[in-house]
Amino acid sequence: MLCAHWSRLRRVSSRSCCATALRSTHSSTRLSSSPERIMKTFCSVWLLLSVVELSPAQEPPLACRGAAGPAPPQPETAEDMASTGDLEPTHYPARRAAQVALHYLNTRHGSPFRVFGLQQVHKASAEDVEAGGRKYKLDFSVTDWASGSAGPALRCSADVLFPRTERHSAPDVKLRCEALQQINRTVQEEEAFYQKHIPPDSAVSARDIPDSYGNMSEEMQPFWRLARVAASFIMLRESSENTEFNMVQMASVTQQESSEEQLMLEFVVLLHDLPSQEIVQWKLLASWSPDRGVRVLQTEWQPRCPHATKPPN
Amino acid sequence: AILEKAEMVSNAKMERSTKSFNFAAYHDLETLYSFMDTLVASHPNLITKVHIGNSYENRPMYALKFSTGGVSRPAIWVDAGIHSREWVTQASAAWIANQIASNYGVDPSVTSLLGQMDIYLMIVTNPDGYVFTHTNNRMWRKTRSVNSGSSCRGVDPNRNWDAGFGGPGASKDPCSESYHGPYANSEVEVKNVVDLIMGHGNFKSFISIHSYSQLLMYPYGYTCTDIPDKSELHSVGTAAIKELTSLYNTIYQVGSICKIIYQASGGSIDWTYNIGIKYSFAFELRDTGYYGFLLPANQIIPTAEETWLGLKYIMEYVCNHPY
Repeated sequence: MLCAHWSRLRRVSSRSCCATALRSTHSSTRLSSSPERIMKTFCSVWLLLSVVELSPAQEPPLACRGAAGPAPPQPETAEDMASTGDLEPTHYPARRAAQVALHYLNTRHGSPFRVFGLQQVHKASAEDVEAGGRKYKLDFSVTDWASGSAGPALRCSADVLFPRTERHSAPDVKLRCEALQQINRTVQEEEAFYQKHIPPDSAVSARDIPDSYGNMSEEMQPFWRLARVAASFIMLRESSENTEFNMVQMASVTQQESSEEQLMLEFVVLLHDLPSQEIVQWKLLASWSPDRGVRVLQTEWQPRCPHATKPPN
Repeated sequence: AILEKAEMVSNAKMERSTKSFNFAAYHDLETLYSFMDTLVASHPNLITKVHIGNSYENRPMYALKFSTGGVSRPAIWVDAGIHSREWVTQASAAWIANQIASNYGVDPSVTSLLGQMDIYLMIVTNPDGYVFTHTNNRMWRKTRSVNSGSSCRGVDPNRNWDAGFGGPGASKDPCSESYHGPYANSEVEVKNVVDLIMGHGNFKSFISIHSYSQLLMYPYGYTCTDIPDKSELHSVGTAAIKELTSLYNTIYQVGSICKIIYQASGGSIDWTYNIGIKYSFAFELRDTGYYGFLLPANQIIPTAEETWLGLKYIMEYVCNHPY
């Protein structure tokens, strides 16, 4: 789980991933963005481990204080990106909020045969609310990516509330989509997929889906979509007004034993955050069945020392 | 991995001539460079390969110059792959290079354009990064320069230009994907392009190709203040996107970098706009996040085809609006 270089780095405090990350001059103590929160957690754990392991003669690394991490995306600008009142639907504040609603939609209605994507934002507005959050009202269309661009678009409306709390907390989403119940449920495919992989001797395992060239076999598509849906739980939880997440790769899938009539899958996923351009790696354990849909049981952020060439396993 | 390597070796053998170059596949640097040579060899009166300098790791950087003559004619610059993981951009640029070459003498508008202007097309603007995405880390974005005092390598080449350098929207952290570097033009890859543009002195348009997000953007990124030419650039962009969308219904949005995607300082098209290259644009190609950087190879040609329509519109407009 640790970066290949990590054990070497521990002894070189000034060159650690933590220390270099901490050189950021971001002075706010509010951990409003998920990369900052991630780095702080990472740094705290790292610091703790280092303190425990180092001999008395060695110095502990710089204290992990304040926010750290990749370039804090930048809404503090005085520029007129004021997200209050009517918003330009093609600009990023509306699109980021819509993406959050999309993640929510996928956690509720995604499956191995259905992943929704944003087609277009039609209207958007935002207002500050009491308790210091910001609420976006959105009118947008989504398509089922699994059926390609031929699929019909669904019209949705959503309220997305980004809390403004000392520590990051997940946005709150209320969502309504027209005709959601009426879109073709992919019951037969789901059932067939479930029956194929529920037997106790099924032990699916794969890496790098899609591969570098964008190749993904037919057989892997439903697993990739499941990873995307499971990742949506994480992306939803980690989102803020300063992030815009997508899953860029299912780095691995390993089927686990399950006694509960659920497919049990351990995923490692690579997420891409557009504003910071960072690639973030998460390991997660999720279950799925046609009846119960996707449930995410465990998530674990995986540190990637940026200079390492391959993500740690 | 073994299968892919074998596939690549056999692709390379097949691609001796541009006719058998497989545009619907992703290729390594050597194969792309060899394609450039083949293209130049088959169109010696139209295309020359310009060696604009070397990368950090000493790889040559080449731009293809399409010219029917003249001396320092007004010119259009197009670059792809400045961020190495954006593979559909290098792949599309190869297709577009071939398209321009085949269209000359056949398509009236391309022929007329090349009668008056030159086109510089840089297929791999970050060769070190591109090689690294093949050998080590498919998600590598930056250059491969060594950062003194850090174990992290690389500078974001699109935060390293001299426009709002070091401002919001770039990172001071060498480990960050958007690290701006120690000073503007610190990256030799950027410096080489800057020197060419400045030395030439007669570029009228600068277009940088990225992925993903399906956007066509104009300056600024470093500030959300509108440029004086906002109205014109916005309507050129809108019309270009209409052409693009007409082919496969791929939806693009148009706007300034700062408003449509994020505030980002030190970007190339901000610098080119500020030195007077009015028609400065940046594309973000397919898709909108489903595959992201790992766009399947079967989408290369459709992406290139639609992008070409948008690009062609912009080029024609530039040609028709001398300044």
